[in-house]
Amino acid sequence: MVTLTINGAKVQVEEGSTILEVARFYGMDIPTLCYHDELTPYGACRLCMVEVDDGRRTRLVASCLYPVREGIRVRTNTERVIKGRKLILELLLARCPSSKTLQDLASKMGLEHVRFKMENEDCILCGLCVRMCAEQMGSGAIGFVGRGQNREVVTPFRMASEICRNCGACMYICPVVDLQCRGVKSPGELCNSCLVITPQCVEKYGQVMCTLNSCGACLEKEEKIV
Amino acid sequence: MAKMNKIRTPQGLEALRNSLLQQRDPKKPRVRVCLGTGCRARGSLDVAKAFMNEIKKQCLDIQVECKQTGCHGFCERGPVVVIGPKEIFYQRVKSRDVPEIVSKTLLNGEVVDRLLYINPATGQKALYEYEVPFYKKQTRLVLANNGRIDPTNILDYIAIGGYQALAKATTTMSCEEIIDTVEKSGLRGLGGGGFPTGRKWRLCREAAGDTKFVIGNGDEGDPGAFSDRSLMEGNPHSILEGMIIGAYAIGANQGYLYVRAEYPLALKHLQIALDQAREYGFLGKNIFNSGFDLDITINQGGGAFVCGESSALVASIEGKMGEPKAKYIHTVERGLWNKPTNLNNVKTWANVPLIINNGADWYAEIGTEKSKGTGIFSLVGKVNNTGLVEIPMGTPLRQIIYDIGGGILGGKKFKAVQTGGPSGGCIPERLLDLPVDFEKLTAAGSMMGSGGMIVIDENTCMVDLARYFLDFLQNESCGKCVPCREGTKRMLEIITDITAGRGKEEDLELLQELAETVKDFSLCGLGKTAPNTVLSTLRYFRDEYEAHVRDRKCPAGVCKDLIEYVILEDKCTGCGACLKLCPQQAIDAYGLIHTIDPAKCVRCGICRDVCPFEAVIVR
Amino acid sequence: MAESVPEYSKVDKTIESYSCEKSALIAILHEIENSYGYLPAWALKHVSEKLNVPMIQVYGVASFYDAFHLTPRGKHLIRVCLGTACYLRGSARVLEALESELGIRDGETTPNLEFSLQSVRCLGACALAPVMVVGEHHFDKMTPTKVHSVLKRVHGKNE
Repeated sequence: MVTLTINGAKVQVEEGSTILEVARFYGMDIPTLCYHDELTPYGACRLCMVEVDDGRRTRLVASCLYPVREGIRVRTNTERVIKGRKLILELLLARCPSSKTLQDLASKMGLEHVRFKMENEDCILCGLCVRMCAEQMGSGAIGFVGRGQNREVVTPFRMASEICRNCGACMYICPVVDLQCRGVKSPGELCNSCLVITPQCVEKYGQVMCTLNSCGACLEKEEKIV
Repeated sequence: MAKMNKIRTPQGLEALRNSLLQQRDPKKPRVRVCLGTGCRARGSLDVAKAFMNEIKKQCLDIQVECKQTGCHGFCERGPVVVIGPKEIFYQRVKSRDVPEIVSKTLLNGEVVDRLLYINPATGQKALYEYEVPFYKKQTRLVLANNGRIDPTNILDYIAIGGYQALAKATTTMSCEEIIDTVEKSGLRGLGGGGFPTGRKWRLCREAAGDTKFVIGNGDEGDPGAFSDRSLMEGNPHSILEGMIIGAYAIGANQGYLYVRAEYPLALKHLQIALDQAREYGFLGKNIFNSGFDLDITINQGGGAFVCGESSALVASIEGKMGEPKAKYIHTVERGLWNKPTNLNNVKTWANVPLIINNGADWYAEIGTEKSKGTGIFSLVGKVNNTGLVEIPMGTPLRQIIYDIGGGILGGKKFKAVQTGGPSGGCIPERLLDLPVDFEKLTAAGSMMGSGGMIVIDENTCMVDLARYFLDFLQNESCGKCVPCREGTKRMLEIITDITAGRGKEEDLELLQELAETVKDFSLCGLGKTAPNTVLSTLRYFRDEYEAHVRDRKCPAGVCKDLIEYVILEDKCTGCGACLKLCPQQAIDAYGLIHTIDPAKCVRCGICRDVCPFEAVIVR
Repeated sequence: MAESVPEYSKVDKTIESYSCEKSALIAILHEIENSYGYLPAWALKHVSEKLNVPMIQVYGVASFYDAFHLTPRGKHLIRVCLGTACYLRGSARVLEALESELGIRDGETTPNLEFSLQSVRCLGACALAPVMVVGEHHFDKMTPTKVHSVLKRVHGKNE
């Protein structure tokens, strides 16, 4: 057993746990995008970064990967951490503005503006689909290809894969394509509606609309959606 | 070479060395031709062939020795030839000079005046190699033998004392003692990290597991750095000897040399060295009868800067994409194939035999309190003497650039020196007395890195330079983590806008914010250091950024969209040279006077290059 | 060089020379690239089978490193160094001149498969900046004005 302090609380956990596992166990919220507890942690989205003081120095680490050590002091919501998380989310939104998952996270963090040129990608390269296909489905039909700006998730030679079983697990696990939102009012301005307790669509249609189909309800359209 | 029995004892090595020394007459006339990549590109291979032909023609094979060596380090003056036994130094030698050198200097000791080095600052000629200011002010320990031995002949290395350190380590020292010695010497990683080498070895030795690996990192990816190349080409055995000693101390039985594919000569020489080391028993089974086995394999890189980072390098050796991993569990505990792995830069390995032979105290006396030994720097850019410089740590930058580098090219004004490659930063003039030292460079916003040192003059735009390095790092980013992939992309967008005159006041703040987050949140060293050039230029040259943003001007006259090329009326003679060559037909002639149409001009600079009257200026 | 015809035994020999070691993947791909000027799809598939490495990993490695290309390259490979020393001495202008002369961008090949243009970072010959290499030949102290004559020389040589 390992004893550590997290956000001021002294806890005892099993050796080999990661900070994220500990935080979640104790109900402390650390946002993640590329993490899933059934898959190998990847440490790519960097949203889960927290501050750790190991007695010698304080540094930022990815909580989904960092194994707990005796006596460390962890702080999950310092100013530095929050600032960075917001900027990372801003960068991601600039890439994939129509993702409801990203929009929701942005609203939670109070992010209202995106200061970068917006693109229209639908992949944040989190790798969940790749790990899902390889680890849970035992196929490995898709993977990362290319470097840097050219990095993407494709099949070999971008051709229909012989080992893909059309199970749809990749789509299921994807945090971006799942729920689409058109919540960008004008370049850089996010709608932030989805996390409001009574979003506009409830007023208008009597229920929250975005889980039903592609949400367009919060825009000022006079369409009738039943 | 005839088939040798393997050398198994220090006495055997000593006997071989003595017999070699007896065969070699130090007073014999000899030619040493530099065949490093730099000199080769200037035709030194032809010069070497010319010497061999001339010596044969004059039937001097027995009287005269002709040696093809590795990089001498003074690349600016290549092809370099040194005539012994007096060590007369000739530079910029051409094949047609060779017959004269042979008859005059080799046979009669007469000097060919026009080939001597002249100090551009003082006009003084240097006769002997040790008189040349570039070399005189250096402390060449690791590079000492680069210009003296034939890197493809292990006997040359043995003759100068090679493999004695290995003999000493494996027959008279315990593994603990070896690690203690390296730790006490203060040797630190010379690939950029600066991690104490002895401590790394100790951690690897103490790591659990019987199978361990050692790796030599020869993936010198910093553009403008070529010290690793020079060492691998010119003295490959020094690296091997260091690796074998290290492997013995740590308990590793397999080693890898990871060399970038863009260095074919280094690959070739390292392979030859490996084959020869095996032949003589310095690699293989039961080295020096100690019961220790080791073999080393060469792995070629595939062309990715990120593979200089240790976890990416390991992934590459495993046959995967060079994606780094978080290093919360260090490579020394779980590295290659998840086994304890000790990775060091090739320069670091090459220091080891010197430390074993001369002792930790000897080494610790050189350098500063925290940075011991010597540093090897690739001095390039707007400096008179470009080449490789080896000096004790703690030498002030000013001394390196002016005393050894010979000052700024073309008598221009010094502006900054960029150290540490793309991961480093720029040091301005007022900090020129800064000593070269790991901690001091980092405190100033730069870093030691792999030893790149690029001198910048008044004609370089610092914003454009930051853009250049960001562009490089953006291209080389593996793309795995968001801050590096997206962050550097957006930083590049903003800084490109600034250089194009589209910068906004908020951009500088946003650039700073992005830089800080990318630095803090990136997964690996590439991302963490990517913002350094931007941060250091914002810190020391903010006025240039502001000029670009507020006044839409580039003070250095570089950024295309902010400058124009103009022909001075009073200097133009109407020769028409520029008009003929302008690729955009942007030059019009009104009688004798020529003018440039700014709408058509693409700022390629050809007109300024060809004008014999310096009538074309940049505004 | 146009699309190549499958030569499985040749690739087999290469793989066997590395004792079918998975870690030799990059070295094997280097040899295939050297033989064909690029990495043909049939060769990559064969390597995946014989080395027993997942196809997606082979394809990923082939796409990650600068030394490897998935489409055929030109007869003459022109490399322009954009390393710091060369850049500061104006090599970017040389690259632009080449792009305009050849009508292709950096990293592309001319439609007639005659020339491929590639910027590289640091060939280690910084004293000769700006440096350009065509095949085995080094051209030092390059300027945009010299581009036309160099291309003519290279083209003329092999006609």
